[in-house]
Amino acid sequence: MSAGTGGTERSGSTERAGSPDSTDSPDYEAALQAFAGVSGGPGHQAPDPVNVPMIRHWVEAMGDENPVYLDDDAAREAGFPGIVAPPTMLQAWIMRGLKVSREVEAARAAGAPSGDSPSDRVMALLDEGGYTSVVATNCDQRYLRPLVPGDRLSVESVIESVSPPKTTGLGVGRFLTNRLDFTDQHGELVATMRFRILKFRPRQPTGADDGTRTEPQEAVAPPAPEEAPGRPLRPRPALTQDNRFFFEGTRRGELLIQRCADCGTLRHPPRPACGACRSFAWDTVRSSGRGSVYSFVVNHHPQVPAFDYPLTVALVELEEGTRLVANVAGFAPGEMVIGAPVRASFEAFDDELTLPVFRPDGDGERHPDPDGHPDLDGHRVEPAPAQPRSE
Amino acid sequence: MSIRPSTLAFEDVRVGDQLPELVVPLTRTTIIATAIASRDYQDVHHDPVLARERGSKDIFMNILSTNGLVGRFVTDWSGPGGVLTEVRIRLGVPNYADDTMTLTGSVSARDGAAGEDGRGEVEVTVRGTNSLGDHVTGTVVLRLPSKTAAPR
Repeated sequence: MSAGTGGTERSGSTERAGSPDSTDSPDYEAALQAFAGVSGGPGHQAPDPVNVPMIRHWVEAMGDENPVYLDDDAAREAGFPGIVAPPTMLQAWIMRGLKVSREVEAARAAGAPSGDSPSDRVMALLDEGGYTSVVATNCDQRYLRPLVPGDRLSVESVIESVSPPKTTGLGVGRFLTNRLDFTDQHGELVATMRFRILKFRPRQPTGADDGTRTEPQEAVAPPAPEEAPGRPLRPRPALTQDNRFFFEGTRRGELLIQRCADCGTLRHPPRPACGACRSFAWDTVRSSGRGSVYSFVVNHHPQVPAFDYPLTVALVELEEGTRLVANVAGFAPGEMVIGAPVRASFEAFDDELTLPVFRPDGDGERHPDPDGHPDLDGHRVEPAPAQPRSE
Repeated sequence: MSIRPSTLAFEDVRVGDQLPELVVPLTRTTIIATAIASRDYQDVHHDPVLARERGSKDIFMNILSTNGLVGRFVTDWSGPGGVLTEVRIRLGVPNYADDTMTLTGSVSARDGAAGEDGRGEVEVTVRGTNSLGDHVTGTVVLRLPSKTAAPR
């Protein structure tokens, strides 16, 4: 990966034959998990302070014409104390550069053993487990303050987690999440970055006989984590400009309803125009998640592998007045009735898909304690948060 | 497109607002210049022969540059005073040379009111696609100045 250190992306490891579906031993799992929370190795300081010449190279290459990166007056007018660095330039400040890249390359060519930091060792351990290929999947940066010329960054890394084996579009793999903490010359934290890679066993081993290396690279293909190996994912919703907010809301545990920005009429499912006043202007309101069963169907056949059966699908009327189609859980078979009070919870079916699932609301007359019974399929279920999301 | 000259006010943003599309021609010059500007000298980002030797069809953009373009896409829309606080991206297919990446996005969430710093938080959902599919999808959080609050 090109995270921070430069030149360490390619492990140069060779493929090994082996069953991609073989289960790792408990000892192996324990050895991997011992790395969680461990420092990745010694940190290092940026070779140079934040400076205008490097900013100029960056903004010219990016085609970025934002004047706050090069012009003190424009920066002050925009509310900054003076020139600021592009926030996304964060990692560039701590890259080690060409000299180190060459040294690493030369050492590798000479067959030198790779390093002995915890980061090196966890990668080597994953290689040993057959997870020889690598692809970067996520990079999350958080900026606590704008960086200004003269700031001198230091960085330290922590191995945050090693996931259990996951079946992905690329093969069975484990996600390795590293966190980089960036501090300034006063030791104050100024930014963090989470960098996640997938170390995986390729589905079709290549180069097994002809000696060619399969080089990991950045961003080969979007991996698709699945809940359980072999089980297909639930179908993805077809996201549009109109409905995107809804599914992004459910991922945060919020049930959002589209509202006409002119006459205030609520509508669902999402669509471009208001049926009451024809306005295209809209915003959203957060539903309480409370409602009642307007109608429902229990689906037994045909069965699609991504779902569990019998599958109860309800048309729920929210107390705000709109209705939506959703799964219902927590009712004993045969106890579901029209008019039953329900309340939204949110269920993460996989890393990307979180949907509302309605459960009995209120006390005893129906299924008294959904928590006391296995959910439809044992997925993690969280109650709807009572407060709006706060950053 | 170029950047909006004066910064968008927090109050003027609504959930669902679309950002102006940004089309980025992925010339070799751009891929190499952005890699070098981020001090990333890995050969797959500048040497087509070695990139092919390593199993890629051509040189491709590095991750830091994807971050840079996502940031630019959002501040082009917000204007100079938009303060980015988070950039969270998920990576997909590579940005190979000679392709084109098109960035699109929309406002996915907005604070109810500005904070004590005279700015309010806005969340933008971003997608960058090329001929192979999604290169990047992600979320950017930024703070925009409020019309009503005194500090600017």
